[in-house]
Amino acid sequence: MSAQTAEHGTMTLKLIVWRQAGPGKQGRFETYTAKNITPHHSFLEMLDVVNEELILEGKEPIAFDHDCREGICGMCSQVVNGVPHGGQERTTVCQLHMRKFKDGDTIYIEPWRARAFPILKDLVVDRGALDKLIQEGGYISARTGGVPDANATPISKADADYSMDAAECIGCGACVAACPNGAAMLFTGAKVAQLASLPQGQVEAPVRVADMIQAMQECGFGNCSNHYECQAACPKGIDVKFIARLNREFLKALFKSKAGSHVFAGE
Amino acid sequence: MILDGKCPTGPIEKTWDKHRFDMKLVNPANKRKYKILVVGTGLAGASAAATLGELGYNVETFCYQDSPRRAHSIAAQGGINAAKNYPNDGDSIFRLFYDTIKGGDFRAREADVWRLAQVSNNIIDQCVAQGVPFARDYAGYLDTRSFGGAQVSRTFYARGQTGQQLLLGAYSALSRQIKAGTVTLFPRTEMLDLVVVDGEAKGITVRDLVTGKVRCHTGDAVLLCTGGYVNVFYLSTNAMGCSVTAIWKAHKKGAYFANPCYTQIHPTCIPQAGEYQSKLTLMSESLRNDGRCWVPRKKGEKRPANEIPEEDRDYYLERKYPSFGNLAPRDIASRAAKEQCDDDRGVGPGGRGVYLDFRDSIKRLGEDTIRERYGNLFEMYERITDENGYKVPMRIYPAPHYVMGGLWVDYNLMSNIPGLFVLGEANFSVHGANRLGASALMQGLADGYFIIPYTVSHYLAQSKPGKVQEDHPECRKSIGEVEGSTKRLLSINGKRTVTDLMRELGTLMWENVGMTRSKESLKEAIEKIPAIREEFWKNVKVSGNGADFNQQLENAGRTADFIEFAELLARDALHRNESCGGHFRVEYQYEDGEARRDDANYCYSAAWEFKGVGKEPELHKEPLKFENVHLAVRSYK
Repeated sequence: MSAQTAEHGTMTLKLIVWRQAGPGKQGRFETYTAKNITPHHSFLEMLDVVNEELILEGKEPIAFDHDCREGICGMCSQVVNGVPHGGQERTTVCQLHMRKFKDGDTIYIEPWRARAFPILKDLVVDRGALDKLIQEGGYISARTGGVPDANATPISKADADYSMDAAECIGCGACVAACPNGAAMLFTGAKVAQLASLPQGQVEAPVRVADMIQAMQECGFGNCSNHYECQAACPKGIDVKFIARLNREFLKALFKSKAGSHVFAGE
Repeated sequence: MILDGKCPTGPIEKTWDKHRFDMKLVNPANKRKYKILVVGTGLAGASAAATLGELGYNVETFCYQDSPRRAHSIAAQGGINAAKNYPNDGDSIFRLFYDTIKGGDFRAREADVWRLAQVSNNIIDQCVAQGVPFARDYAGYLDTRSFGGAQVSRTFYARGQTGQQLLLGAYSALSRQIKAGTVTLFPRTEMLDLVVVDGEAKGITVRDLVTGKVRCHTGDAVLLCTGGYVNVFYLSTNAMGCSVTAIWKAHKKGAYFANPCYTQIHPTCIPQAGEYQSKLTLMSESLRNDGRCWVPRKKGEKRPANEIPEEDRDYYLERKYPSFGNLAPRDIASRAAKEQCDDDRGVGPGGRGVYLDFRDSIKRLGEDTIRERYGNLFEMYERITDENGYKVPMRIYPAPHYVMGGLWVDYNLMSNIPGLFVLGEANFSVHGANRLGASALMQGLADGYFIIPYTVSHYLAQSKPGKVQEDHPECRKSIGEVEGSTKRLLSINGKRTVTDLMRELGTLMWENVGMTRSKESLKEAIEKIPAIREEFWKNVKVSGNGADFNQQLENAGRTADFIEFAELLARDALHRNESCGGHFRVEYQYEDGEARRDDANYCYSAAWEFKGVGKEPELHKEPLKFENVHLAVRSYK
């Protein structure tokens, strides 16, 4: 992508977009022209312009997931010129602005591509597998009520900050889409690290990491082979150190209890 | 009709405890026989579904997004209030209660607000137990900051992502119950009708947004936790999918809609850049802790901000409201900004903006401290505007953000339809005519974790489980109606897109029913909205078909509901001949421009009953009594 900013006037861009009618259907690339785009348009607003034209021409608009359009809900999910979210550092595609492109650019737009994320339509994929990972252990089992006062256990600022660094994950799945193995280890590592670094997350730490790793395998995610593409694509800049933490927590779990043995044995 | 909120009586500090004891319970072994439908998975919905699941109820939960974690609560930045008084600065449950009643401009029920303040402390405990990484000081204790409308520091926060962290806490609790099998999740599913059988809410009709299939889910109680309707202004800080649809469908089935004219305009948003714009972005109110709002003294000032010397700057909030200064409540700060811009002293394109300047704080605390507090907000600002907020003042302008109005509920959060409960932003209960910053998160979680588990049990204890099944004639009728409306939308094949029509409605609403309202502007809106409605049903173009993933169709349905609802909002604003909180009528103000309430005639909640599309709704009143906080002119000077 060009980092050059188009300062004046509007841009015309050539879009090459993945179109797919439904799950399991044959997809194809289609070419569109985006006209009258200003540098202040967000990437999704540029697609809105194209879609409005398609609708008026009686053609089917491009389906894409989006909601908050301020980079926090994690719903938007497009691979732009081969890079999830378009390659601007720490930026979701909804926050990518057209000033990062120049007049006449050709832009390729594709959905997340990963075994665990089947395509539903055009650029929309099913990321239910990420929910499944959380359901399998991404929590502290604190029933509503009956918990101690919030200040009962001091937590060092360093630990709280580390936990927050991990907790910033928005669950968009860009890490999976960027990974050559389609691994969700950054996503899983961030959750495991967030909870394992807090005193209240200790009790379940061994079971949590074991269960989440098993779920990763069952959901069709791959494994980490240290490409670090996930961190580069992550719109929140989640650090790969959390993958290291995930591995450490898993090893610890093996020693601490039998919690991880079923995974380790490949059952 | 005079409505009764059924508030417990007696000394206010005992009301909730007494009421909890008075409510009936459901035997643990019987709980699983009851099915509860929870629509929406934001703070209110996720916390309710998780907690009801933990109690053993059979819960089904629905969201239009692909995952419950994406609900718009996630976007709340600043923080959550609680009366913990950890800083020892004079806070108490009574003070939070008092501030909320006063902040709401005396248009909320005392008992509801008391309960909110009381359970606020439990919320912080619960969230910490779940692993929410709140900000902490170097001793390891929880840190707090100040927010608008309060003189104590009671706002807990997790960087600029408090809503995200609280929602992920509730989502994790929900996920745990999904795994446990007590909650069944239906993502990408939108509620399009409420099923009422023999006067009781017994089900919902939904559309599967992937397959297009319309089906009915029945249950013993329905909880609407579907957020607010501020997208009626088209441009707002809400997510694109936020709509009035769920509560509007319930309204059309008989639920009263209360105080729709109480809409909140947030003072600190990034100004609009162009026609094409699809949404407005909020910059957290917490920025006003360290940023100072100002405009040039001179009209039509052309110098760049940093070249304007101190004596030519007007720090208008500090000037007008010396005791609260930049932390004046939202409605007041928003109108003050508009006033400066109307006076031709606004900055940026079109003069619709004021400066939010961090220069002095950076000088006092250093850029690193400011970065630590608000780093992500500065980054977001730069991504959108291409300007560096550390070097030049940010430009901000008010934008529609939140609604205090919603479906009418009694003290038990139950609407006038038995079995239909409404939680969080979707109800009207605690914020009166204006919500204070960091109170939305508090309300959502209070309703879901700590109130509904008691009140819904009380209702269920008095009713037999499983009375209505999916093959009930009312269900078939409802499915037929929803399918009919879908077919109708697809068959019009006109010349205007859904967005085009929604933008027309939103522009009219913003100009005539927005930050300031007058009798004339409201009458004009009420005249013009039916024409937009007709145009919509004659000339909208929705491509594709209903049996498919069709985002145009989703938007068309939501827009159709917004158009019908907009008329009610305008009517409510016209009927309320006073200014209060977020509702500002130009006819009713003091000489200094402050809102003039009329307690003699309007000290009530207005609950509207639906009488047909385009027909005048019927007004019911719930009088408000103030026994613990003295009714007074709200002053922040």
